[in-house]
Amino acid sequence: MSPRPPGADLPEHPDLLWRDVEPKASYDVVVVGGGGHGLATAHYLAKNHGITNVAVLEKGWLGGGNMARNTTLIRSNYLWDESAAIYEHALTLWEGLEEDLGYPILFSQRGVLNLAHTLQDVRDSVRRVEANKLNGIDAEWLEPDEVAKVCPIVNTSADIRYPVMGATYQPRAGIAKHDYVAWGLARRADQAGIDLIQDCEVTGFTTSGDRVTGVRTTRGTIATGKVALCAAGHTSVLTDMLGFRVPLQSHPLQALVSELLEPVHPTIVMSNAVHVYVSQAHKGELVMGAGVDSYNGYGQRGAFHVIERQMAAAVELFPVFARAHLLRTWGGIVDVSPDASPVVGRTPYENVYLNCGWGTGGFKATPGIGWCLADTIANDEPHPYVAPFALDRFVTGALVDEHGAAAVAH
Amino acid sequence: MQLISCPWCGPREEVEFSYGGQAHVPYPEDPAALDDEQWAHYVFFRDNTKGRFAERWCHSAGCRRWFNAVRDTATYRFEAVYRPDEPRPVTT
Ligand SMILES: Cc1cc2nc3c(=O)[nH]c(=O)nc-3n(C[C@H](O)[C@H](O)[C@H](O)COP(=O)(O)OP(=O)(O)OC[C@H]3O[C@@H](n4cnc5c(N)ncnc54)[C@H](O)[C@@H]3O)c2cc1C
Ligand SMILES: [Zn+2]
Repeated sequence: MSPRPPGADLPEHPDLLWRDVEPKASYDVVVVGGGGHGLATAHYLAKNHGITNVAVLEKGWLGGGNMARNTTLIRSNYLWDESAAIYEHALTLWEGLEEDLGYPILFSQRGVLNLAHTLQDVRDSVRRVEANKLNGIDAEWLEPDEVAKVCPIVNTSADIRYPVMGATYQPRAGIAKHDYVAWGLARRADQAGIDLIQDCEVTGFTTSGDRVTGVRTTRGTIATGKVALCAAGHTSVLTDMLGFRVPLQSHPLQALVSELLEPVHPTIVMSNAVHVYVSQAHKGELVMGAGVDSYNGYGQRGAFHVIERQMAAAVELFPVFARAHLLRTWGGIVDVSPDASPVVGRTPYENVYLNCGWGTGGFKATPGIGWCLADTIANDEPHPYVAPFALDRFVTGALVDEHGAAAVAH
Repeated sequence: MQLISCPWCGPREEVEFSYGGQAHVPYPEDPAALDDEQWAHYVFFRDNTKGRFAERWCHSAGCRRWFNAVRDTATYRFEAVYRPDEPRPVTT
């Protein structure tokens, strides 16, 4: 038998998941940003509203921004009604997204523990559990011995610096494979006829009065009827071009993974006070994140001392991690608003819609915001779930303020 | 971690400093004359420049004094540091 060439036994290269198209001269809707939010908006524009003359413009590659860099935690245990509504809407959509997309997304509902370390933490947490229940969201308060049953590797002994005094638990929370989510959404949007255009940076806008008539890009000017901004950490760069301000500050946010380990960590654990959150990826890496770096930044990297602090917290909470090797770290750029809540909806331009300010927590919202933003664009009227997140709340003072449930400081 | 040059103490490690956001945001001259929109802009809206940005830092674990810096938010490089009563230097 003749020797087989190297690679002959590898599976066939898969079909491409979306067409590689040249931008057309004009579209009904242009979505700026091919992250999860932009792709989900495109998907629901087609699916729920039959709007398919749409382009998603991405300066890099689809799903290569924060979508590729986040730690994929999905939960809806937010304190305030406004946040609970949109995140729970998203969680319900996550529960059916795999069937909707006909594509695996490895959504794994393994629950989340948010630890309490002080008496005030305990009171705030119990309050949040009750608020969640009133909003029909699954939530429980667990005592330390019950925490140890859900996640046996958490150090629940009383003699550590920040003892675990209990935790909130949301069993329906989980993780998903972020790349697959982006690819699944992209594939479906493409099948519906939507153009996904990579390597196409929006560099300016053409306007007529209070309407935008087109977007200038590195691949030419494209006329459009409506524009949706889904550029996460880079939103201010775009709104500066449009000449209006949004109260956002862009910060580096880092994450990291360990080497592959046996399954040891059955759920997600977050801690505000000692400031780390951990889950174990499907393959076995421990995936960890913490808070943002303090300074403004667009560099997609952060400082090492932030990682050091986060590792110290992780080892105190999970002594079993002390010998794990850190494999890689990376950073994304998140857009933080003054009340730690998103900014969605109308802008001073009649046909430009804003979607930003999701900060460190927008992955979990992906299908929910895609759904609501598509509805907002189609009906020229903010969907009820996004209406409370309007830009004018900074003038009226009707702030949402979700620091209470963010579970990471930012 | 990078070294940041405090105008009074010289180069010190980043962990000694805390961040104070955009510099040169003056308190309104005639506060009573501001409408809600103008107050909102004073309280909540700050520039979010990609590139050279004038911002405030405090040498909190050193001399505890505030100072200004021009830093490039894309590279994180400090291009200039100066005292609060000094004008923003021209950086090229
Ligand atoms: C380290 C880290 C951990 C996180 N962990 C979590 C988590 O566990 N759970 C959670 O819910 N959220 C998490 N997040 C937040 C979440 O990733 C973001 O809120 C969310 O991804 C933002 O929406 P998006 O996916 O559309 O953004 P992105 O994926 O960043 O999409 C924006 C896209 O716009 C493109 N773009 C920007 N400017 C232009 C332009 N001028 N022209 C064309 N394209 C442009 C960018 O290249 C980018 O691809 C985390 C973020 C980071 C960085
Ligand atoms: Zn000093």
